[in-house]
Amino acid sequence: MARYVMKRIVYMVITLFIIATVTFFLMKLLPGSPLQNQEKLTPEQRQIILEKYGLNDPVPVQYVRYLGNLLKGDLGVSFQYDNRPVTELIGERIGPSAQLGFQAIVFGTVVGLLLGIFAAIRHNTWGDYTATVISVLGISIPSFVLAGFLQYFIGVKLQWLPVAFWEGFEYTILPTLALSVSVIANIARFMRTEMLEVLSSDYILTARAKGISNAAVIVRHAIRNSLIPIITILGPMIVNLMTGTLVIENIFAVPGLGEQFVRSISLNDYPVIMGTTLFYSALLILAIFIVDILYGVVDPRIRLAGGNK
Amino acid sequence: MEKILEVKDLHISFDIHAGEVQAVRGVSFDLYKGETLAIVGESGSGKSVTSKALMRLLPTPPSRIKQGEILFEGKDLAKLSDKEMQNIRGAKISMIFQDPMTSLNPTMTIGKQVMEAILKHQEISKEEARKRAVELLQLVGIKNAEMRMKQYPHQFSGGMRQRVVIAIALACNPKILIADEPTTALDVTIQAQILELMKDIQKKLGMSIIFITHDLGVVANMADRVAVMYAGKIVEIGTVDEIFYNPKHPYTWGLLASMPSLDHKDMELYSIPGTPPDLLNPPKGDAFAPRNPYALKIDYELEPPMFKVSDTHYAATWLLHENAPKVEPPQIVRDRVAKFAQIVARKGGGSRG
Repeated sequence: MARYVMKRIVYMVITLFIIATVTFFLMKLLPGSPLQNQEKLTPEQRQIILEKYGLNDPVPVQYVRYLGNLLKGDLGVSFQYDNRPVTELIGERIGPSAQLGFQAIVFGTVVGLLLGIFAAIRHNTWGDYTATVISVLGISIPSFVLAGFLQYFIGVKLQWLPVAFWEGFEYTILPTLALSVSVIANIARFMRTEMLEVLSSDYILTARAKGISNAAVIVRHAIRNSLIPIITILGPMIVNLMTGTLVIENIFAVPGLGEQFVRSISLNDYPVIMGTTLFYSALLILAIFIVDILYGVVDPRIRLAGGNK
Repeated sequence: MEKILEVKDLHISFDIHAGEVQAVRGVSFDLYKGETLAIVGESGSGKSVTSKALMRLLPTPPSRIKQGEILFEGKDLAKLSDKEMQNIRGAKISMIFQDPMTSLNPTMTIGKQVMEAILKHQEISKEEARKRAVELLQLVGIKNAEMRMKQYPHQFSGGMRQRVVIAIALACNPKILIADEPTTALDVTIQAQILELMKDIQKKLGMSIIFITHDLGVVANMADRVAVMYAGKIVEIGTVDEIFYNPKHPYTWGLLASMPSLDHKDMELYSIPGTPPDLLNPPKGDAFAPRNPYALKIDYELEPPMFKVSDTHYAATWLLHENAPKVEPPQIVRDRVAKFAQIVARKGGGSRG
C-alpha cells in the first residue's frame, strides 16, 4: 500500500508539471498585455515596467525562471492587485469557494443517492418516472440558467433568501442549490441504473432467500455494491463543480477564487492565472487520488489488487 | 411417509407487454420427509419458476400466482404476507442457486453473509452466531473456517463458494432445501464433490431436497423421485427406478434418448426435434404433440390427464388410455433401459448412493 501511494504521488507531481508547462505557454498566446492604460504610457515607461517584471526576456527564459520559483513555493506577485503575492490572494479567496464546493458536493451527493435509490426501488412506477424527469431536467438545464431562476423566484419574488453577496450562511444557500442540481441529477441517474442492475443480481436473490427484510436487503447488500461506479463519476463531477463555480460565483457575486480567476484572465494577470490554474489542478489531482483510495474502501477486490504489491 | 410439502394445481403467469406468459400451468406434487425429488426438464419448462415460487422469490409484478396452493405446515405459502414469508425463507425452506460465482455478495465477508441468516431467524448473540457460522463452514468442508470467515468471495474458488452458499442455506436447519441447478456452473470433479456433500448433509440433517436440474446423470445419482416437466406442466412423475426403467411419456423417452453415452460412440447425439411451445399462447391439447412422433389425433384436441401407472408413477399421455394403440418406446430407449438395469445388477441391487 505504501509503495502504491508513493508511486501515485510521483505521478501526481509529473501531472502537475505538465499542466504548469502547458498552461504557461498557452497563457503566453493570450492577446494583449498585462498593462492597463497603455496609451497613456510612453514607450520608455512601458519598457521599464516590462523589464521590471521580466516580461522582455524570451518566453523559454521566463518559463525556466517560473519553474524555479515554483519549486521554491513562490507563485509570484499579482500585476493587478497591489503587487500582492499570489499565494496570499488565493488564501484569501479560497474560503468561500471551498465552502460552496463542499456544500454542493455533500448536498448533491446525498440527495442524488437518495433519489436514485428511491427511483430504483420504485422501478417503473410514478415515483421512478418523477425521479427520472427530475434528473433529466437537472442534467439539461445549465447551472447559470437555474441560478437566474432561483434569484428571480426565491430571491426577488418570494424574498425568502438574499439574491447575492456573501455575508452569512443564508447567502450560501442559493448558489449551493444552483451548483448541486447537476450533481444531484448525475448521481441519481447513475445510482438508479446501478441499483437496478445490482437488485437483479444473483446475490440479492441469495440475500432475499435468507429471509431478511427488503429494507435490510437494500441497505446491507444493494447500496454498497451500487456505490462502486458512483465513485468513478465522483472524480469528473468534482471537476465540473470547480469550473461551475466560476460562473456561479460571478452570478451570485461570491468573492471566491472563480470570480478572481475569470478577472485575471481578462486582465492578463499572468501570475494569478498560473497560480490559480495550478491550485485547481492540484486539488483535482488530489480528488482523483482520494477517489482511487475510496474504491479500495468500498470494494475489497480492488483493495487487494492495490495492496498486495 | 410423512408429507412435508404439498403443491396443488399451481399456476404462475408473467404479465408482460405482449400478454400473459403462462410459465407454470397446473403443477401438483407432494414432497415427503427426507426424500430428494428431482424436477427435470429443458430450459423454459417452468422448473425454475416453480421452485422460486415455493420460496416466493419471483418478482411481483410481473409474476403472479394465478391459482393453486403450496401447503407447508398447515399454511398456504401462496397466500402468506411478505413478513410471514420472510420468517419461513431461510429458516424452514432454503434455496441454493445455480452460479456460485455470482450468488455471494462481493463486498461482504463470508462470515457476515453466513451470520446474517442465523441472526435473522435465531434469538442468539453475535458471538454465538459467529461460532455457529464457523461450525457451518466446517460442516460443508471448508478448512480454516475461522480464518476464512474474514475473507471475501473473490478469495474463494467456485466450488468453495458453492459450499458457502450451501452453508448459508443450512444456517437454520431447514426442513426443505431447494437446489436450483446447483452444479451446472461447476466442472465435473467439483460437481461430484458438491453432490456428495449434499447427500452427506441430507443424511446428517434429514431434510427434504427439491433438486432442479436438466442433467439426468445427476438425477440418477441423487434423486428418490423424479418429476419431468414440459411447457409448465408435470408430464410424468415417479420413483427414479420407474422413470429410468419404465418411462411412459414420449417426452421422457426423448430425454433418456438424448443423454450422451459412451457406448454409442459412432452415433450422432439424439435430440428431440422442434422447440418448446410459446407459453404466451399455449397450444390446444397436449403441448408436446407437435414434437411427438407418437402423437395421436386426440393429442391436438384434448389435454391428456394424468394416467396412473402405479401407486407412485403417473404420466400425462393419451398413449396410456385403454383405447390407445400399444406403442413401445423407441429402440434407443429400450437399449438404455436394459443398460441401466445391467449397471444396477452389477452393483448388486437397486440401492443408489
